Amino acid sequence: MAKPKVAFYWCASCGGCEETIVDLAEDILGVVEAVDIALWPVAIDMKRKDVEAWEPGDVAVAFINGAVRLSEQKEWVELLREKCSLVIAFGSCAHMGGIPGLANATNREEIFANKYHRSPTVANPDGIVPQEQTNVDGYDLELPTFWKDVKPLNEVIDVDYYLPGCPPPFDLVATAVGAILEGKLPPKGSVIAPEKALCDTCERNDTKPDEMTITEFKRTATSTPDPEKCFLADGFLCMGPATRSGCGERCINGNMPCRGCFGPTPDAIDPGLKLLAAIASRGEADSEEDAKALADSLVDPLGTYYRFGLPASMLKRSADTERAQT
Amino acid sequence: MADQQFEPKIVGFLCRWCSYTGADLAGTSRMQYPPTLTGIRVMCSGRVDPTFVVKALKEGADGVLIAGCHPGDCHYSEGNYKAMRRHPMLANLLEQFGIERGRVRLEWISASEGELFAEVVTDFTEQLQELGPLNWNQRIEADCETV
Ligand code: SF4
Ligand code: SF4
Ligand code: FES
Repeated sequence: MAKPKVAFYWCASCGGCEETIVDLAEDILGVVEAVDIALWPVAIDMKRKDVEAWEPGDVAVAFINGAVRLSEQKEWVELLREKCSLVIAFGSCAHMGGIPGLANATNREEIFANKYHRSPTVANPDGIVPQEQTNVDGYDLELPTFWKDVKPLNEVIDVDYYLPGCPPPFDLVATAVGAILEGKLPPKGSVIAPEKALCDTCERNDTKPDEMTITEFKRTATSTPDPEKCFLADGFLCMGPATRSGCGERCINGNMPCRGCFGPTPDAIDPGLKLLAAIASRGEADSEEDAKALADSLVDPLGTYYRFGLPASMLKRSADTERAQT
Repeated sequence: MADQQFEPKIVGFLCRWCSYTGADLAGTSRMQYPPTLTGIRVMCSGRVDPTFVVKALKEGADGVLIAGCHPGDCHYSEGNYKAMRRHPMLANLLEQFGIERGRVRLEWISASEGELFAEVVTDFTEQLQELGPLNWNQRIEADCETV
């Protein structure tokens, strides 16, 4: 029997997810021996026309990392959707928008103004800005369209499964690949990670307070968390209560609170609002002034709650996506 | 700026023990106030999850009122303290999304304060008229268009 083919593709991402794939290739030769890599832009030179020549179903599964921001990324993921039997959103950016998704806190005009004019390291006296169409020496050149907003993969194409994490940990990827090879797949649309919250698997859970006594939030940039205590007990905002487990508590073990890269637990309609409600229920402020002081000590709530999932947040997702998800 | 013709839509989450009864009193006493508020009876102001507020704003409300028993009077002893702590946290967050703080309001209204209820609705209506329509979902949809 011919080996199943897999494709890897990247959109708006940092390259970190590719590292996980490299780890995968090195560490589980068994899996790599079991598949053929049909496409992997970071390592193999291929053109779009090569992929266009595939028949639908030729490739068993596409692992797509990165959010979608450019028209060219949309064309690629649509092409892969057509040719591959399964599409897996790989990593936080494809899953929820990820770090590139934080750009949705501002807009295209502001981004261009900063990037090409305002930034202190930019010298652009002629005010040159990239154009979608330009003519250079008689040649018409084209650049992809930079969309107004960053989108998670499922707002652009139909997605079969999600592998969460920034990047997804090796063991979860191996589990997913194994399940695909053996045809033992969970229901379509599943996030391939445990449903429990990170707190439920966290070693510091014993010190997690029922009643919080904090009166202000601390930041890891200016104070060092206690290496043993639950971060919430120590006054640092930890996304553990609203985040899926399965990462191996990578940040906690490095004495950093969870930033939520695994995305919300299935019961959280919106991870930020869930966390906000949870913290507020436990805070100590007993007067409106104290409540305001507690709230104000959390610098940048948007960036804190939605570091990895702004485009997928309740406040940013479109009504269409909302309907599809509920 | 201020569009005097604009009639804002307010969703009011009213705790059944105090504020909802207060609203009832305003009605049975035939007090005059603008017909801008759609009341939703909840068991306690502490039951008002922030997702309710966001859902209301996304689905067409120009403002949201959360009203409960005065501090110390909550029938579940601490529900209104939860509401009190959530309120500035949610307002700070919404502000970062471009939603003015004045669109979400927290008030303590007891069962006997029908007059206060009418005053709050009148004042909130004027405040929202100053701010103008929110149209939050249309704004999201516009951002979501690709080009
Ligand atoms: S809040 Fe963070 S530190 Fe505390 S138990 Fe949960 S995951 Fe662990
Ligand atoms: S602790 Fe949180 S942010 Fe860190 S890897 Fe795990 S899920 Fe991601
Ligand atoms: S019962 Fe009225 S605020 Fe809790």
